[in-house]
Amino acid sequence: MPRLELKENRPLSPHLQIWRPTLTMAMSILHRISGAALYFAMLLGVWWLVALASGPAYFAFVNGIFRSWFGLLVLFAVSYALFHHAMGGIRHLVWDTGRGFEIPVAEHMAKVSLVLAVLFTLMLWLAGFLAA
Amino acid sequence: MARSFLTPLSRARGLGSAHEGTGHFIAQRATAVASIVLTVFLVVILVMLAGRDYAAARALIANPFVALGLVATAGTYCWHMKLGMQVIIEDYVHGAVLRPALLLANVAFCMAVFLLAVIAIGRIAFGA
Repeated sequence: MPRLELKENRPLSPHLQIWRPTLTMAMSILHRISGAALYFAMLLGVWWLVALASGPAYFAFVNGIFRSWFGLLVLFAVSYALFHHAMGGIRHLVWDTGRGFEIPVAEHMAKVSLVLAVLFTLMLWLAGFLAA
Repeated sequence: MARSFLTPLSRARGLGSAHEGTGHFIAQRATAVASIVLTVFLVVILVMLAGRDYAAARALIANPFVALGLVATAGTYCWHMKLGMQVIIEDYVHGAVLRPALLLANVAFCMAVFLLAVIAIGRIAFGA
């Protein structure tokens, strides 16, 4: 059995409040937050599909909510979360091969994935408005 | 007999690895790769849906290949969601009641979302 005073005086490993915030740290947290957000955003997708299956009247009601300024704002945020999580996922797949752990490389990948996520989001909405 | 490194107390408790970690890891990566491909498909469908009225949107979803792709997307996303939310719950929730309750609720939520998507797409594709 370890002596009690030794157990109490054991050094703790540094946690969140010790580290200087870094880009890769923020991206790690955002990857989890965007994933959790997309989890609940799936309800919106299924709601739309159920509305489409239910008939024109209910579809018009749901479509009206989705096309309101608030609905479009939420959908825009969801689309960014999707691309952000997808780009973050690709980063993780690269790391799974054992590559890209050097700090400058990891920082660079974080920046590139951010730029791509913003770009893909804008391209999706531009294509949507052009098609409509 | 293989030599055990467990302390007598941990052997008595009978807890340890459930031997499912690697399967979870692989499934998360496999569904991630599939999700990338299916997201490209989904984005194409979303752009094609833009500006369509009710009948035209239904006609697009009713196409067997579109319906298949959307069911595959829903299934892959829901499977990936289940794995991801499971990790979040296991990281942050430790109560003897709340933890298993949330883990079960996670499975129920993901199954419900997937089955609702299948029912809705099926109803459109089979013209009911």
